[in-house]
Amino acid sequence: MTDTFDSAKFYSSVETHQRLRRRKRAETRLKLYGIGAIFLASLALIALLWSVVGKATGALSESYVTLPVSLEQAKLDPDGNGDYKTILRANFTGLTKDTLKATFSTVKDRRLKRQLYDVVSGGAAFELAETVASDPGLLGQTIDFRFLASDVTDLYLKGAYGSLEEQPVHGKLSISEVGGKLTITSTSNDFAAILATVKRHLILDANRLKRQAAMQDNGYEVFFRRAGETTDEDERARLLILSDERAAERDRLLAQAAELVTRASGARGEEPLSDENRSVLIRVAGGWVKLTAVNRANAVGEILLPLNGPVENSGEWELMFTELPEVARKVSDHQIAWIEHLKSEGRTDTVFNTRFFTAGDSREPELAGVWGAIVGTFWTMLVTFALAFPIGVLTAIYLEEFAPKNRLTHLIEVNINNLAAVPSIVFGLLGLAVFLTVFGVPRSAPLAGGIVLALMTLPTVIIAARAAIRAVPPSIRDAALGVGASKIQTSFHHVLPLAMPGILTGTIIGMAQALGETAPLILIGMVAFIVEIPTGITDSATVLPVQIFRWSDFPERAFEARTAAAICVLLVFLVCMNALAVFLRRKIEIRW
Amino acid sequence: MRMDVMEMTETPTITEKSPAKSGSNIPGMMENKVKFRSTDVDVFYGDNRAIKSLNVDILDKEVTAFIGPSGCGKSTFLRCLNRMNDTIDICRVTGDIRLDGVDINDKEIDPVLLRARVGMVFQKPNPFPKSIYDNIAYGPKIHGLAKTKPDLDVIVEKSLRRAALWDEAKDRLLEPGTGLSGGQQQRLCIARAIATSPEVLLMDEPCSALDPIATAQIEELIDELRARLAVVIVTHSMQQAARVSQKTAFFHLGELVETGETDQIFTNPVDPRTESYITGRIG
Repeated sequence: MTDTFDSAKFYSSVETHQRLRRRKRAETRLKLYGIGAIFLASLALIALLWSVVGKATGALSESYVTLPVSLEQAKLDPDGNGDYKTILRANFTGLTKDTLKATFSTVKDRRLKRQLYDVVSGGAAFELAETVASDPGLLGQTIDFRFLASDVTDLYLKGAYGSLEEQPVHGKLSISEVGGKLTITSTSNDFAAILATVKRHLILDANRLKRQAAMQDNGYEVFFRRAGETTDEDERARLLILSDERAAERDRLLAQAAELVTRASGARGEEPLSDENRSVLIRVAGGWVKLTAVNRANAVGEILLPLNGPVENSGEWELMFTELPEVARKVSDHQIAWIEHLKSEGRTDTVFNTRFFTAGDSREPELAGVWGAIVGTFWTMLVTFALAFPIGVLTAIYLEEFAPKNRLTHLIEVNINNLAAVPSIVFGLLGLAVFLTVFGVPRSAPLAGGIVLALMTLPTVIIAARAAIRAVPPSIRDAALGVGASKIQTSFHHVLPLAMPGILTGTIIGMAQALGETAPLILIGMVAFIVEIPTGITDSATVLPVQIFRWSDFPERAFEARTAAAICVLLVFLVCMNALAVFLRRKIEIRW
Repeated sequence: MRMDVMEMTETPTITEKSPAKSGSNIPGMMENKVKFRSTDVDVFYGDNRAIKSLNVDILDKEVTAFIGPSGCGKSTFLRCLNRMNDTIDICRVTGDIRLDGVDINDKEIDPVLLRARVGMVFQKPNPFPKSIYDNIAYGPKIHGLAKTKPDLDVIVEKSLRRAALWDEAKDRLLEPGTGLSGGQQQRLCIARAIATSPEVLLMDEPCSALDPIATAQIEELIDELRARLAVVIVTHSMQQAARVSQKTAFFHLGELVETGETDQIFTNPVDPRTESYITGRIG
């Protein structure tokens, strides 16, 4: 800037104003980026919560099937003295099966019987045993017992396998049996739509085959051309064989496609309904019929649930499509008929699932609960806190207030900071190698898990506590030393209380991190299948994140909802811990 | 302890003015005994020699003011007197400082007890974030000056009275000390410092963060306090030094340039550097 610089001219010039505008535009842009980022983040969070909570709702209710069960004294308590343990040991699983067979007496086939038994949970028999054993007066009576529904029944009732889509019907229905073949006729063309759908699928399949044939044809041409170009006789022979193979495959596919097209064009009347098609069910005369093949005018079917009597020109019938084909769902058409039948008789009910919050783990999704994992988490966190908090705080106090500033303490500091960045699974390996193998800490126990997680949490606690201690104004230390307090008195009477809100916040953040940790716990065996609720730190236990990990791996569909619900429980835990951190900070923070 | 406190309160009027007046009026006359005698004191911050071969005596029942430009070592030397420099890792003190003839840097001397005998008030009021009562009771409690709650109550009241804060604070003893005004906080810190019945009170620019009215109150208080103990005050205000002290020591670049009766230093300084400083030409 020279002496001749004209401030007034410079600051009122066009360039200055343009520069100002550019600056303002840049600010506006930055603000927009920020808002955009927050918007995206909120969107992601909402999507996450939506999907998790949406899926979790399925686990919040459970279904029951009420069936009349006759409790025969001779079978259940032959001695007749009403002894609790004797009754508990009686064959209630058999009784449950007998009850189901009595309800649907026409089921004879072994495969169907297994499907029938699968309508109620395997755990229902134990509940029945418990009920009867604790009230022997019920023996000899026939009672209505609420059997816990199996996961398949439960999911079907909640609509997880799709609902039945009722189709409009116009004609009157007749069913006649000729030589074991059930022919179903309607006075109107009610089955034509079904036939059309089936044929549309045939055309689609044919097109798919034709596309595959085209690819084979392409391969044939390529090999054939290369065979023409090559000079090597052996090579030519090999390529010709390859091209011939492609041509054969092409022709086979085209033939299949042609056959499908022919079928679709209606040259042959009857089309079978395979289990890859959506099932077509008819409810008539108190029973259920499934269509196995369909014609333009009539259909062929099989009985799922016996009818009351012959059906002749009946107007009282329903035609339904399932939402999914039978192969794509776990509930079979027979089971649908049975469940729908029970439902229509008012024998099913769905209530809030308290079992999920009070039971331990189970292989049966309908019996599984998170309480075992919650208690295990509690014990593990207790051990973690009891170790990480005092050790961490004392380390921080020593390093900040007492340690001489030399190479050794510097090295320790650097290593503590580095430990915070060590992958958690390494701590798991350490726990396995040292605590389990050398010191013989029980496997799968909260004690072992707590020690490992404490190691993992320590750096976080130390770093947070050191920052909090450093933030205490030095004037407070001077004041305390000035009235003759020793260094320890200064630290524990004045510095530590003032640093405590920060220390607690750091500790709770570290604990929250440990709460969500899975990998190190898997290594020390907390991934085991444990049904009992742990009663101490040396019992075998599992924790919530590991439970989630396990359930997410189970094939049963019902575990999907339970996994989501367990995630919700974990999230609630985390939110509670963070709320506690905020509360403590507000409550004990001292301002000056 | 109760007896001690009673004694303290009964004596003031007798010793109030007389020694100071005579001390300040008759140069060279030493009626008061030497409380602190420092000989050849050097202070090093790492390799930096902050104080060079300093010799100074601090007399009992007098106010000694340390004046000098910033960074001349006044506060550093003050902190040597109760060994607060121990807390600074790189700080090293050599030479001989004696309190009542006993070397305070001796291994036998516990700095904790020394600091109870040599109280300190800091530049910025720094009450503990606790109640007014707890602020004052803390020192007596850790030194075992009071065995029972009533004993402690007596000490708290006497200290607050001597710090001229009792009337303002008696109804709010359980309220946080940090809720007081700046001047009140500084008087609370003085009350806290005298609660352990120190023999010397070190004040490191106690009024620099206060307004003129609060400053006047503190100065008045200092004048009352010297009836019972020696006061050493570091100040940047030459008027303040002139008002409150009987002896003045002028520091410059880590050296003690001149020490003597306050009247003499301000009216007839021996060293030209002192004259330059008090007339405002350096500093």
